[in-house]
Amino acid sequence: MRILCCVKRVPAPGAKINVTADGSDVDAAHLGFTTSPHEECGVEGAVQLCEEHGGEVTVLTIGEPRAAEQLRYAASVGADHGVLVCTDEVGWDPQRTAAVIGEAIEVLEEENGGPFDLIVFGNESADSGGFQVGIRVAHGLGRPIVNGIKGIEVSGDGSGAGTVTARRAIDGGFEVYELPRPCAIGVKEGLNLPRYPTMKGRLRSKKLEIRSLDLDAAPGGQRRIRLHRPAEQVSETVILGEGPEAAAEVVDVLEELGVL
Amino acid sequence: MSEFPTRANVVVIGAGIVGNCLVGHLARLGWQDLVLVEKGPLPNPGGSTGHASNFIFPVDHNKEMALLGEQSANQYRDMNLSVDSGGIEVARTQERMDELERRMTSAKAWGIEAHLLTPAQAKELVPYINTEVILGGFYCPTVSVVDSLETGTVMRKEGIEKAGCKVFANTEVLDLITDDTPRPNGRRKITAVVTDKGTIDTDYVIVACGVWSNRIAAMADTYIPLVPAVHQMADVGPIDILAETNNEIGYPIVRDMDTFCYERQSAGSMEVGSYGHRPILHHPDEIPSNEEAALSPTEMPFTPDDFDQQMEEAIELMDMLGDAEIKYAINGLLSLTPDTMPCLGELPDVEGLWSAAAVWVKEGPGMAQVVAEWMTYGYPRVIDAHGADIARFYDEEKSDEHIWARADEHFNKTYGIVHPAEQWESRRHLVESPYRSRQEALQAEFFQARVWERPQWYNSNADLCERYDLSPRGVEWDNRWWSPITIGEHLNLRSNCGVVDLSAFQIYELEGPGAVEYADRLAVNKVDVAVGRSIYTPWLNADGGFHSDLTMMRLAEDRVRIVTGVFDGGRDEFWTRKHMPNDGSVTFTNRTTEITTLGLWGPNAPQVLAQVCGHDLSQAGSPYGSIIPVEIDCAAGGHNLTAQAHLFRISYVGDSGWEIYTDWSNGPALWDALLAAGRELGIRPTGGGVYGTSGRLEKGYRLMGAELESEYNPLEAGLARRRVKAADFIGKEPYLKARETGPEVQCVTLTVEDQTDSAGRTRHMMGGNEPILDLEGERIVDSHGRVSRVTSAGYGPSVGKHLLMGYLPTEMATAGTELQVMYMNELFPVTVVGPGSAFDPDDTRLKG
Amino acid sequence: MLLVVLEHDRGELAEAAREALTFGRVLAEKLDEELEAALIGSDEEELVDEAGRYGAEVVHTCVHDVLGDYGPDAYGATLAQMVTELEPSAVLACGSDRGNEVMAQAAARLNAPFVANCIDVTPGVSWTMTRVQWGGSLLEDSSLDADVALLTCGLHAVAAEPGGSGVAGDEPFEADLDDSHRVTIVKDRTVQEAGVTLPTAPVVCGGGRGIGSQEGFAQLEELAELLGGRVGCSRAVTNLGWRPHSDQVGQTGTRIAPEVYIASGISGAIQHWVGAMASKHILAINTDREANMVVKADWAVIADLHEVIPAITAEIRRRRG
Repeated sequence: MRILCCVKRVPAPGAKINVTADGSDVDAAHLGFTTSPHEECGVEGAVQLCEEHGGEVTVLTIGEPRAAEQLRYAASVGADHGVLVCTDEVGWDPQRTAAVIGEAIEVLEEENGGPFDLIVFGNESADSGGFQVGIRVAHGLGRPIVNGIKGIEVSGDGSGAGTVTARRAIDGGFEVYELPRPCAIGVKEGLNLPRYPTMKGRLRSKKLEIRSLDLDAAPGGQRRIRLHRPAEQVSETVILGEGPEAAAEVVDVLEELGVL
Repeated sequence: MSEFPTRANVVVIGAGIVGNCLVGHLARLGWQDLVLVEKGPLPNPGGSTGHASNFIFPVDHNKEMALLGEQSANQYRDMNLSVDSGGIEVARTQERMDELERRMTSAKAWGIEAHLLTPAQAKELVPYINTEVILGGFYCPTVSVVDSLETGTVMRKEGIEKAGCKVFANTEVLDLITDDTPRPNGRRKITAVVTDKGTIDTDYVIVACGVWSNRIAAMADTYIPLVPAVHQMADVGPIDILAETNNEIGYPIVRDMDTFCYERQSAGSMEVGSYGHRPILHHPDEIPSNEEAALSPTEMPFTPDDFDQQMEEAIELMDMLGDAEIKYAINGLLSLTPDTMPCLGELPDVEGLWSAAAVWVKEGPGMAQVVAEWMTYGYPRVIDAHGADIARFYDEEKSDEHIWARADEHFNKTYGIVHPAEQWESRRHLVESPYRSRQEALQAEFFQARVWERPQWYNSNADLCERYDLSPRGVEWDNRWWSPITIGEHLNLRSNCGVVDLSAFQIYELEGPGAVEYADRLAVNKVDVAVGRSIYTPWLNADGGFHSDLTMMRLAEDRVRIVTGVFDGGRDEFWTRKHMPNDGSVTFTNRTTEITTLGLWGPNAPQVLAQVCGHDLSQAGSPYGSIIPVEIDCAAGGHNLTAQAHLFRISYVGDSGWEIYTDWSNGPALWDALLAAGRELGIRPTGGGVYGTSGRLEKGYRLMGAELESEYNPLEAGLARRRVKAADFIGKEPYLKARETGPEVQCVTLTVEDQTDSAGRTRHMMGGNEPILDLEGERIVDSHGRVSRVTSAGYGPSVGKHLLMGYLPTEMATAGTELQVMYMNELFPVTVVGPGSAFDPDDTRLKG
Repeated sequence: MLLVVLEHDRGELAEAAREALTFGRVLAEKLDEELEAALIGSDEEELVDEAGRYGAEVVHTCVHDVLGDYGPDAYGATLAQMVTELEPSAVLACGSDRGNEVMAQAAARLNAPFVANCIDVTPGVSWTMTRVQWGGSLLEDSSLDADVALLTCGLHAVAAEPGGSGVAGDEPFEADLDDSHRVTIVKDRTVQEAGVTLPTAPVVCGGGRGIGSQEGFAQLEELAELLGGRVGCSRAVTNLGWRPHSDQVGQTGTRIAPEVYIASGISGAIQHWVGAMASKHILAINTDREANMVVKADWAVIADLHEVIPAITAEIRRRRG
């Protein structure tokens, strides 16, 4: 089967996020960059499907030239092809992003002589969190899409006609969707535990030939004015006690959290 | 949490391995009222300790590092927080195989078990190693892996329990307050530490802040020269063969020396660390805070491009690494200094402010002990720490530009093969000597002594090689950073004369009504001599061991000049300032760059000098040890100048002559005049190879930092006078006691009887701590644990033999004792000359 | 008119819908426009009444064969049709999975911009809004130029509060839907399988070096079982061979995100913290008040875990009878 994964290069989450002095962007000096976590799971899911059913995984990103790192990372964990839509500015709005991804997919599918069996998006990007790019792209391509997916199965060998069964986590269980191929899904962390690259994978990925596309679209209606940090919330640890007698307080807390 | 104190005896900043061990060691030494503040959380505040690879390879060529490494390893062992994993350094090149022979030699010197391995033997210990790419290995079974975080916790607890140390984590130091009232000694004084929890008044502050140390030092307007540098590490796994050991470490650590990498098992994975990537340096302000850091402040985002080559090479050595997942990879920060040594001791410019920085986990507990003892006794007892003394740095070394250039240059030498005489490429000619252009015209080969440049030999003297039939040494290693020209210059000096640039001498003057009295307090020998006389004297520490050896000249009733070597200038200046009275009776002036010195020695020296100086230069008119003001006519050199100068009749090379002191600006004219006057008398510009090595060794003159260290006293060094002066001096009591006991060891000269190795090549020991062994090949160790080793070595052209110096137990220190010396893992026969000179033992040439 | 999308699941109103109505009511006042609601896939009176209590004047209800259960295409298409027909100046949904999905579906169909997870909105010629990013650790001020402002409001941006006239009229809406909209209808629902895994467990009881021994984990096992959770451990514990690597929480182990992480005898080394920091709540049990895990926890008990854990287990048993 042929799978396309759309990924985004984002500052690595996991620490205090600083903002540049002018508020235009995240100051990633201390953070480094990574693939947006939902999409990392998406790549892993795609690689697993191809390992099981045969096929090829193509990874697509939009960004500065250094966003190629994310394509190489994907290659280091098993993706086969990388496509970079090169821009010299970051922070495109969702409509513009979706339009360009849609155009890129049309170019690639034209070359491939057919649609990708499955297009995988992250549910939302870790940084801008717009919750819409995948849906806009899928709609533009006339393909069904469901977001929030934490489980994927395919009928047959995954290529051509058939279905994709997608599970979406809800409180206490899953909703199951069955999408006709070709289709798209927006996946969430928890879909799987992404593998780490191996050393050989990393070295192989350096040889990845990156397909570069030069595309652009008109800006949409949403525009960033500035980023800022919310007022500091000093969270003091509440000391429940200094001995076994604190047990009652602990159980009160557990009760409150609804985990009892 | 206890209430935040407003006053403490000692405030230790930083709860990494060093700060924690410091409070423990201070407590053991009886200190009370300690406070430990730490910016981050405990037990891992986020400094370099938290991501250290935590292993100790005990063999190091450097004595301080080797012995403190061993000391530290033993402290970890004593706490049961250490496992002997063993370790192998593997060689991929013949050059590295030679280096491993040198490692074997150092292992022998420090008494550490070590074996050379064939590739097959290495594979027996480490079954996943690829024998195809290695030529052999150096195995040390006592390589250990330690738990540095837990050690820190245990030591901190000891500080809490024994000394009531108060610990404040998550407490950031905002400022250091000093009393800047001007004092004659020029030093400021620490008075308080300002933190985000409050201000603590205190007399002692110890900066144990690892990579942040210089940022903290800057708060007191001073400087700790270190730079945070990246050391990349990747944890790859799981790997079955490692997981099956069910152990944190089950296989020896492998250091892949030629790729500058190591592979260290960490439970089920392998940690691959590298010193092979490009040097990546950071300013302390670029380090994120704990909350800004994704992992920890010193675990910066991994830059994989820098690691790719190391990965390929690691897979070459251990194929299994290729298929393991890279689970955790960091650009870990560690501290680098301009000269690779730590920064320990009191800051020379701020009384009460101590540095315990640029220390790695492998030497942490030992270094902490050094600083704790230093604070307690005035000098560390566990070892002579002069190489790590923060007072060693000159101003030119205390700049970001300097540290960055040097760290950039030496980072990739972490696992490199570094020659004992290796010179820096960066940051040369930091102090411009008056003679530089002349020396460059003579194609001088400059060796750098800290920030000063000294010609080691002059290539313009290459003709001497023909005259004396000299040729380079046969083995490249022995010939590296060496030239037979230096032998030519030596022989010429012995038969004619030579002029030596001594402008790197560090010159200080004490002046005032208390100057002589104070000078006498510093020196073992009597400074209160007639005006115009000088003394050569040891300075001792409070324990009676050497702090320095130097020359003190009484220039006037109330003025004493101190002349010392460039390597110890900073330490000696600090020592002098630290002890001087602040009542105004003495002033201190550093006159180093006001006064330049040229040495003129050789049988023709008096004849040469007589041409430009009208003074009576006979032994009567210019006796040994005298300082005489003279006028020197520089017309012979084409200068219309009569230079005011002091003639100091002394010799460090064994031939008669003078050190000539004159104003810095007169230097070039004096140089030209002497060379012109000596043209017909065979004068040659003569380099440091003669002054510091061949001339000195033939005479058996002791050198600070080589023969003279705090572990030895003047009796052992053979520098004790017949009588002890009445006046009190630092170290007098232990000195008197040592005189009663007599020396257990004695400093001697030895000759190498046969320099031929097993391959038939002539070898030349370098004075790099080669062990002196008995005829059975056993190490010679005295009751204090001091090992007999080569402290200086070099060829004695006028003796015709390779000469060594070192300490031997008194019973062996007699002429004719036959022993052996190990060099490059081979034994060579040596014979003891005795405590005196191998050349002209009666000093007839000095008196002539 | 401002239109609020009432999120429900098979007729059960989501709590977030009340927040959206409250948020929308404030915004409608700023706009000086009426607040109306869209109820897709249901016309139950109870929901209409509830919307009225929160200020909706009119509830546009839409029932259809295709709207039997939730489906992003069908719901999105219906909402888009409502927008085209009713011409609201703004549409607001909850910033939930479904709310954002339906709004994005509608926005794609309308070819209009959509701004997710707003916490503050100022209408104008050009609208401006503040929205959350990075899970709330960063805020973005955005501007929006559009014929209709499509928005979702961040979860808990406001507290739900009844208000307004209190009575809503029901106006049925007829959507133009066909079988093509069925492609993404929920086909089946499954309940959580028995046996939780470390990454999915609602409660993780983590043990560090402080547990003291392999056997010491029995206490944690017992507590975890009582709470329907799993036992995790620090790297030190795995290194000591007390627990298998699969139990290791951390950078080189498993990353967890439970409702509550009970960390016992864990100092909170960075390596471990990275794996645990996504936990919604943390309760630390440690003897060292300065331990990283204690500093970062919501609650802590400063005591010997060997005494506290059995006491907690006993207390849970007591309350459950």
